[in-house]
Amino acid sequence: MIDKTAFWIVLPVLALGTYAIRFSFLGTLGARPLPDWLTRCLRYTAVAVLPALVAPGVLWPAATEGQTDPARLAAAGVTLLVGIVTRSTLGAILAGGATLYALLATVG
Amino acid sequence: MTPTAKAFLRGLIAASPMTVVVGPFAVLFGVVATEAGLNVAETMLFTISVFAGASQFAALQTMQENAPVIVVLATALAVNLRMVMYSVTLAPHFGTLPLRSRALMAYFLVDQSFATTVAEIDRKPDMTAAEKRAVFYGAVVAVAPLWFAASFAGAMIGRALPPEYALDFALPITFLAMVAPMLRSLPHLVAAGMSIALSLLLAGMPYGTGLLVAASVAMAAGAGLERWLEARR
Repeated sequence: MIDKTAFWIVLPVLALGTYAIRFSFLGTLGARPLPDWLTRCLRYTAVAVLPALVAPGVLWPAATEGQTDPARLAAAGVTLLVGIVTRSTLGAILAGGATLYALLATVG
Repeated sequence: MTPTAKAFLRGLIAASPMTVVVGPFAVLFGVVATEAGLNVAETMLFTISVFAGASQFAALQTMQENAPVIVVLATALAVNLRMVMYSVTLAPHFGTLPLRSRALMAYFLVDQSFATTVAEIDRKPDMTAAEKRAVFYGAVVAVAPLWFAASFAGAMIGRALPPEYALDFALPITFLAMVAPMLRSLPHLVAAGMSIALSLLLAGMPYGTGLLVAASVAMAAGAGLERWLEARR
């Protein structure tokens, strides 16, 4: 469960911070180009943050009290693989979900 | 039909296929948020004020793990940093518009409106700033109302679902499915691989700080490798 005090601090700061990011260059008239090293880093933020966010939960799911679960591990692998091959987010979600429920129903 | 109206329609049509992902993603947010203990009003306030799906999920997850507020914010804002690039890329095209117009566009600057506008400008570079803005809002109309409505639907569904019907794995699958299509070059693959390996190695670090270290190193690795590959060419 989410701690409500934390939530009410996170909400306004995240909202304003996100808006500031979006407004940053669009709002300031001078469209100065960013330094190369910075754009290069920004290109990798999503692929650097999102996998780190989910990887521990995939290997040690809270739902199984941290025990590695073959069904969840396989579902994550299939999602990643289908997403890389088909370049389709929706296809990857469907394939991963189908794998998870099929394995949970038969094996687990 | 005026050129501006035509531009609006082109944006609307170009962004329409994106609803296939936006709708379910928003429903999932509503469900996960209410299962994490937020009520419908809190969920909607969150989704309307932040309006950035991936970072909303990131904030939910880290808050559920009871990470300190500063770690929650650092993680969620890091997910949104890519939008600095969007802002930089669009700025030269809209510099002639009044400030309040650009301030409103900033709120609606999301992956879908950005991608649609950039692709359309690429195709028709001679559009006026007003036409480009019309394309942008065409895309916004395709995805934003759907995002809010589907979040609301998800929040209602989430309240109705019994807790044992756990959707614990919907979030990991969705994030992996968002990342996978981005892995289009060796540096992207290396960054993602590094991100996974380090987050596992550092999972024992306190307060979710392992995640921030893993993400920073992974980002530097991707950027560094890209630079090295370019220099060799």
